[in-house]
Amino acid sequence: MATDAENADHSARLAKAGAHVDSKLGELVFLAKRYPLGAIGALIVAVFVFAALFAELITIHDPLDTDAELSLTAPGAEHWLGADNFGRDVYSRIVFGARISLAVGLGSTLLGCLLGVVLGLVSGYMSGWVDLVVQRVSDIMQALPLLVLALVMAAALGPSLENTIIAIAIPIIPHVARVIRANTLALREQPFVEAARAVGMSDFRIAVRHVLPNTLAPLIVLGTAQLGSAILTEASLSFLGLGIPEPFPSWGRMLSESAAEYVRTAPWLVIFPGLAISLVVFGTNLMGDALRDLLDPRQRT
Amino acid sequence: MSAAPTTGETILDVAGLKTYFYTRAGIVRAVEDLSFTLKRGETLAIVGESGCGKSMTALSLMRLIPEPPGRIAAGSVVLEGRDLLKLDEESMRQVRGNEISMIFQEPMTSLNPVLTVGNQIGETLRLHQRLPEAQIKARTIEMLRLVGIPEPEQRAREYPHQLSGGMRQRVMIAIALACNPKVLIADEPTTALDVTIQAQIINLMIDLQRELGTALILITHDLGVVAETAQRVIVMYAGRKVEQASVEAIFDRPMHPYTRGLLDSVPHLTSISGDEAPEHLNEIPGMVPALSNLPQGCAFAPRCKFADDQCTAQYPPFERKGDGHWAACWHSDRLGGDSNA
Amino acid sequence: MPDPVLEVTDLKKHYPIKKGLLRRTVGNVYAVDGITFSVAEGETLGLVGESGCGKSTAARAVMRLVEPTSGSIKLEGQEIAHLGKKEMRPFRRQMQIVFQDPFASLDPRMTVGDIVGEPLQVHGIARASELADRVAGLFTQVGLRAEQMKLFPHQFSGGQRQRICIARALALNPKLIVGDEPVSALDVSIQAQVINLLVDLQQEKKLSYLFIAHDLAVVEHISHRVAVMYLGKIVEYADKKTLFSHPLHPYTEALLSAVPIPNPKIKRKKQILVGDVPSPVNPPPGCSFHTRCPHAMPRCRSEVPQLQEMSTGNWVACHLHQGGKAVAA
Repeated sequence: MATDAENADHSARLAKAGAHVDSKLGELVFLAKRYPLGAIGALIVAVFVFAALFAELITIHDPLDTDAELSLTAPGAEHWLGADNFGRDVYSRIVFGARISLAVGLGSTLLGCLLGVVLGLVSGYMSGWVDLVVQRVSDIMQALPLLVLALVMAAALGPSLENTIIAIAIPIIPHVARVIRANTLALREQPFVEAARAVGMSDFRIAVRHVLPNTLAPLIVLGTAQLGSAILTEASLSFLGLGIPEPFPSWGRMLSESAAEYVRTAPWLVIFPGLAISLVVFGTNLMGDALRDLLDPRQRT
Repeated sequence: MSAAPTTGETILDVAGLKTYFYTRAGIVRAVEDLSFTLKRGETLAIVGESGCGKSMTALSLMRLIPEPPGRIAAGSVVLEGRDLLKLDEESMRQVRGNEISMIFQEPMTSLNPVLTVGNQIGETLRLHQRLPEAQIKARTIEMLRLVGIPEPEQRAREYPHQLSGGMRQRVMIAIALACNPKVLIADEPTTALDVTIQAQIINLMIDLQRELGTALILITHDLGVVAETAQRVIVMYAGRKVEQASVEAIFDRPMHPYTRGLLDSVPHLTSISGDEAPEHLNEIPGMVPALSNLPQGCAFAPRCKFADDQCTAQYPPFERKGDGHWAACWHSDRLGGDSNA
Repeated sequence: MPDPVLEVTDLKKHYPIKKGLLRRTVGNVYAVDGITFSVAEGETLGLVGESGCGKSTAARAVMRLVEPTSGSIKLEGQEIAHLGKKEMRPFRRQMQIVFQDPFASLDPRMTVGDIVGEPLQVHGIARASELADRVAGLFTQVGLRAEQMKLFPHQFSGGQRQRICIARALALNPKLIVGDEPVSALDVSIQAQVINLLVDLQQEKKLSYLFIAHDLAVVEHISHRVAVMYLGKIVEYADKKTLFSHPLHPYTEALLSAVPIPNPKIKRKKQILVGDVPSPVNPPPGCSFHTRCPHAMPRCRSEVPQLQEMSTGNWVACHLHQGGKAVAA
């Protein structure tokens, strides 16, 4: 029963593989070296998160300030990324736009995941007719075309931040629910769940304490992928005028306002918002891929 | 039941086989310096627990080790004069299933679920023997009959899931023996089967061996199966061979503490063997070491009650302890006595 | 004589087979088809049989992890076969289960200390500080060290995980532990360790075990009484020594004869049974073993043999053995 040896062995193995398991920073550095692409993705996302949080501190101009004289200024000393047709500073609008995009992206993803997890867990664990009903509801939700839904909500309830978040969350719910349901179905049959039942735990407790934590790993990966997709969706909706209303700066709307008319005369109006969108989505996707590899138990030596 | 008699001619000669796996955690020495011979028609058992390297040995002989991360780092496997490790892949493919065959533990996953049983036996024949289709069909039925499957014509048209576990294992044996190989490697062939089916399959393998003259390498952890079918036994621990002897000698006078420990710790039917029923089973304390992190001296020393400084410092040589009886231990003389009174 | 810890009478578990759009029941899988046995305090009943005989289903039915179709299950004299979830709860403290697969029996996301302590929390037995002490005590009892409480299941070997499962089973201080092939997945040298542990614990705590296994040698070592199952029924039920040295039922004889003995000097004439086990969906009429029995008589094809007591405590269900005392109720 040389258990000491095994644990020393475990740490020794990790240390041999290059990890300094004593410090958290050491662990992060180790992870970054092992998953360089994921680290880059995380860095990109971190930059945008920083920008979103500290927008006021890192911009000089107010994003909503118009100045006719400065209309269509090229990028320069005063306006780092130029100014749009209303004379608004593009850089500020990008930075504040990050706040909007990330808020909407995060908000809708979280909302969608939360509801998706609840639905998936309930239908997977309870089975029977509950499962059938939830599945059909989920199918209906998937069938709803996103743009039409957003349009209807915008028309009926008025375009707003909240409505956009809800509209984008809706297609995420069935997607997440399906993954969670599949995992739940598999986990339900595991002996450790049977053991929990043998102890006399209620179904609710088993679902929350035993099944749920084991379904979360795939959810983290799914979540980061959905985040990128949600941000892209917001950009699309705003581009079509269905998403974030004036005057909030939104990358999507920045594109829609400038793409047709100014792409040749003031390309910076198209390039920078487009670049921002691409970078954030790229970053979240890289992170998601790395997380998936990281959490895959088969990758662990 | 006694195993088939042998003619004494060596057909397989394995020398210095080393199979390593290169992983992030280090080099895993799955098989370390293994040498043994196999005579025509003989049954050799390779015994050990999980992680001892017996399955890796089998895969090495068949050159089925995944490369990367594995690699046969050294050694030779000479089958009737030809070193299999030196063959190119094309030539090796002609040897597999033809001159040397293997059957596995799980008959369900080893058979293709979407092909009929007859088709799978026929596949081997088509691959290795240029026979007209009618003859292949006939030989397929003949093989099914040989392995004791009733109504072979009907069975040949069925799919694996329509057969029971015992039947599927018989089909596996039929596939393996279809081309009359010189060596059959059976990797835990009966572990997944019920005990009454196990008895049927073991019986079958011995009968077939006698009839066809195939040499059998039986890989198992079940000492009972070894006692009933093998003539010679190799005991492996942590990738190395630690003892080799005739089956009687291994059970009567084990020369390695691990073998001794195994024999003592396995519960067996005392009502039939007539032994005294022990109150407590003799345990071997501790666990098998990680193959990537083997101690310097004897790998078994941490768990051995006879271990001393010499054991931890130096790996004992594999030396002759008696007639045809070899072991790698500094203290074989201390074992004394026999396991089965 | 005190009440047996577990008393099972005519327990049945049938799984309906539904076909068609309207899900009509077209047949049944007779997984457990009327079994009767009991386990006394401090005693081990070994339940053996091959795949498909129903022993695992029987274990789960006794634990109420699977709903019995009919029959009686008395735990310490109390009928629990048809209790609702809420009523079952206090009884669950009296019986626990250890499964075959030490890797899948532990929640990979919880520390082993939490896993072992959870039953205590669920039943509100111990509070935070006391909990840690109780768990530490359980760890030492099964031969692990208390410091290992903070580790996760994947950091342990198979044998150690099985010890953790045993610790979890002991947490509520049950009278009965059901073991569903608890050592089958372990390496041979580790099996001995865990078997010895189970025997020690039984002696210390007067535990009763319902020990399900297919390895007859292990069963012979650990059991006091043995029941042999075939296609959902018990065919022989006797004291260990009697069953292993003088088996009465032809199936028991065949089983014992088929077990390989690790001694090359002992050469036995084996009884090789012909054919495969019939399907539990369509068991043969009369005695379900008659299709493979070397001693089958015409009577065996039509009449189901009942368990009859041959000598005190030794029962067999076979037409070859007539007479005997009372028939199982």
